[in-house]
Amino acid sequence: MELLRLENVSVSFKFPEGEITVLDNITFTVNENDFLALLGPSGSGKSTILRAIAGLIKPKQGKVYFKGEELKGINPGVAMVFQNFALFPWLTVFENVELGLKNLGLSPEERKKKVLEAIDLIGLDGFENAYPKELSGGMRQRVGFARALVMDPDILLLDEPFSALDVLTAENLRNDLIDLWIEKRIPTKAIILVTHSIEEAVYMADRIILLSKDPGRVIKEITIDLPHWRDKKSYEFVEIVDDIYGVLTGKPLEKISWKDRRHFNIPQASVGSITGLVELVDDLDGKVDIYKLGEELLMDVEDLLPIVEACEILGFAEVKEGDLILTEAGSKFADADVLERKEIFKELSIEKVPFLKQIVKVLQSKSNHKVPRPFFLDLLKQHFTPKEAERQLDVLIDWGRYAELFEYDDDRDELYLPETLEEANIATEEER
Amino acid sequence: MSRVIWSPIKYRKFSIGDIIILLFLGSIIYGISSLNIIYSEPTQPVGLDLTPTRLPLYALFSLIRMILSYILSFIFTIIYGYAAAYKKNLERILIPLLDILQSIPVLSFLPPVFMAVISLFPGSKLGLEITAIILIFTGQVWNMVFSFYQSLISIPKDLREAANMLRVNSWQRFWHLELPYSAIGLIWNSMMSWAGGWFFLMACEMFTLTNQQFVLPGIGSYLSFASMKGDMPKIFYGLLTLITMIILLDQLVWRPLLAWSQKFKVELVQGEETYESRVLLWYRRSRILRIIREYVTDPIRERLDKFFVERSQKTNKKTYRTSSLSKIFNGFILALILILVLRGFIGLLGLIVKIPLSGWGEILTSALMTLLRVSIAVGIALLWTLPVGVKIGMNPNLSKIFQPIVQVVASVPATAIFPIIVMYLVDLSGGLNIASILLMLFGTQWYLLFNIMAGGMSIPKDLIEVSDLCKLSVRDKWKIVILPSILPYLVTGGITAMGGAFNASIVSEYISFHNEVFKIKGLGALITESSATGNNAFLAASTLTMALMVVAINRLFWKRLFKMSEELLS
Repeated sequence: MELLRLENVSVSFKFPEGEITVLDNITFTVNENDFLALLGPSGSGKSTILRAIAGLIKPKQGKVYFKGEELKGINPGVAMVFQNFALFPWLTVFENVELGLKNLGLSPEERKKKVLEAIDLIGLDGFENAYPKELSGGMRQRVGFARALVMDPDILLLDEPFSALDVLTAENLRNDLIDLWIEKRIPTKAIILVTHSIEEAVYMADRIILLSKDPGRVIKEITIDLPHWRDKKSYEFVEIVDDIYGVLTGKPLEKISWKDRRHFNIPQASVGSITGLVELVDDLDGKVDIYKLGEELLMDVEDLLPIVEACEILGFAEVKEGDLILTEAGSKFADADVLERKEIFKELSIEKVPFLKQIVKVLQSKSNHKVPRPFFLDLLKQHFTPKEAERQLDVLIDWGRYAELFEYDDDRDELYLPETLEEANIATEEER
Repeated sequence: MSRVIWSPIKYRKFSIGDIIILLFLGSIIYGISSLNIIYSEPTQPVGLDLTPTRLPLYALFSLIRMILSYILSFIFTIIYGYAAAYKKNLERILIPLLDILQSIPVLSFLPPVFMAVISLFPGSKLGLEITAIILIFTGQVWNMVFSFYQSLISIPKDLREAANMLRVNSWQRFWHLELPYSAIGLIWNSMMSWAGGWFFLMACEMFTLTNQQFVLPGIGSYLSFASMKGDMPKIFYGLLTLITMIILLDQLVWRPLLAWSQKFKVELVQGEETYESRVLLWYRRSRILRIIREYVTDPIRERLDKFFVERSQKTNKKTYRTSSLSKIFNGFILALILILVLRGFIGLLGLIVKIPLSGWGEILTSALMTLLRVSIAVGIALLWTLPVGVKIGMNPNLSKIFQPIVQVVASVPATAIFPIIVMYLVDLSGGLNIASILLMLFGTQWYLLFNIMAGGMSIPKDLIEVSDLCKLSVRDKWKIVILPSILPYLVTGGITAMGGAFNASIVSEYISFHNEVFKIKGLGALITESSATGNNAFLAASTLTMALMVVAINRLFWKRLFKMSEELLS
């Protein structure tokens, strides 16, 4: 039976500089007994989808239906668990869990009974009078779960609930949740989990919706038929994880549009980490499975993907079916010495990153070869949020500095061409 | 299944806390009934019984006045803070307005408040009482509003979302989220406000308006009278009473509150800074408090809760859009404020145009003189608080010892000691100038010291270690490590200190002592004098000048420095 339906939901945020689309045309349905995972890199708007479902934000276009009725305001049938717990530090465990019951008009005795039941269920017995700051991270998130479950929600919304916990605690809590779910010890009819960990999604959910970023779009929907409890080392499990890696890193949709977009999104990767990755892949004979690489480096997709993406953009490597393969330029870069590397980087970056070229052009066209940072920031703000524009420019400056395309004066907030470059420039102009 | 949920301390005997509470309640009741006796006595035009035995009663009267104006401040704070934080179109007016209101000295509010109140309560002493209470209110409310507003707009997004998801109603949101989140800031600022209240108490309990003197019985007016007569022993007794009361309040009210408020810290990690209070423990064990909680506050809270739950269930159709009715209401409030501001502005213009050019010359030179004195006072304060504050702040043991001491010393109002200083300096050439600067200094150096101490505590330990390892010279250590780290704190302290010094000029540049009036050229003297003689045009013009000057210095100097320090540290 259908519980929830999103129809062509688009969300955009307004900034003084303009509107940024976060979600674009999201459509999917959640049925009873669904354990759905929303999976995507940061910037794919997966948490925003959750907030649209919860009724915390209103979609700009499209509609959210709960039990067939259009949602207007806070969704009456959901409860949410937050990434950073969002507990009230001045309330005890008991009071935190009780808070959601207070507006239901129950008597204090009924409230107490329900709260104690929830606390028992989630394994918090004996901590009723503790304050959140006395608890470990895992126990805090248990309070978060108890607070959500005590409301008897139809749909439980989980916003990366395990990502702030250490590995073991997270695993423990995941298993407890799966246990409650498959043993039907909670009346919850559906769970929606937001995560950026592919493994977590495949381990827990029965259905995964993959999202692309900038703006968030549904790329693919995958059904996981493996029965619980799932073996992370099994062939089928690894197969599915690898597949998803391939889809997320391949991003066929975005690849086409890259060439057309003059200001495409530069991934947040420093020159240092790009160099590091290229060297590493070179040591591994120029080819490596990204999923295994991430596991070996103990890195999340979230952290690894931008670096992989940067290598792709610069033409150092290609991604094929979940493997990262070094190109010719890539292996040349890996073998080169420091100065040669800078040369290669300079050539490639100016060729592949149009905005870097634009920066150099602007600098050259000014008579003193100096341009204040805000100038470029304003250009970027036409395409990004102010915060993102800052980040983009920081990366561009990092790359440009390394490639010796230009220099940057942090005190004066100025980009400028160094003397030698200037002279070289003047020389070439005179030759003409 | 029986569990103890509510009480961490099960046994409760009659404790010292109970005695303190009983004493407090008893004295307030006595004070109120005695107030009645005094008011039923025939009015003596000007005069106050200076018998020292009456001092406890006077102190009580002042305390009641302070409590009433504090309650007023608190209510105002909640309303103003709410409006500024949640109504975007009001925010744009309310916050700059607050900046200006904050820089207006207490006495400038006197004539309009007096007129308004006296016309409501003609010829009664109650009117005077209300005037004094509102005057104290104008001296203590603004920083509380700022603090509450700041807290409201900085409530973490996920806590707000959690509250929404739990579908709490507006009352529960206030009680469980907004008020607790603002508690620490509000308590600190309440302490500052009370200190400010004591500072201007003398001016608020005895004032001259259109050449007529008004006196209200209280510790402030006692001190004013005693110093006017130059009666040294009486000044001393008054001072002793005042200081005793302030220390008692600090120990019995503010310390326990501060220690209690630590539970409202948002960070989930336990900080180093802790405030301990034995008195708090007494209160926690108090039987009276438990009875009050069980039979009075808990039922009231439960009932309130129920009331709001029922109300919110009736209007549960909470949708995304704000209703058009509330939009109209908003617009109406906005228009009302605009009209009031406009009316005030026109009234002000009407007053100011009456001032001749020479008058403006005098105002400007006076302003410069006051600015000079304020700068010297802040400069001297900076000179000693910077090294001392950093030293104490960087050493946890020292700050543990000194913080409570400094807080008590700081809460003694400098205005009360002022007459003694004046007595020694009055015959010296330029003595009044020195006295005036001294008063400003004593009134404001604490703001700097507290903030610099906080700054010193915030310097990262590893930076200090690195600078020690690098064998940096003392000069370099200050330049590279210490100054950049404490700059934001320094600026915050500087803004408060400078604003406070300007405000203090109204009591430091114009003094009645030994049946004589001593005054020096300055903006504060101008304000006090024109308020006393009923020269409203001059009062308006000089107040405006002072407000503009304070706001301009904040905007052009301090805020820029603050921005610079933010960039330096980011």
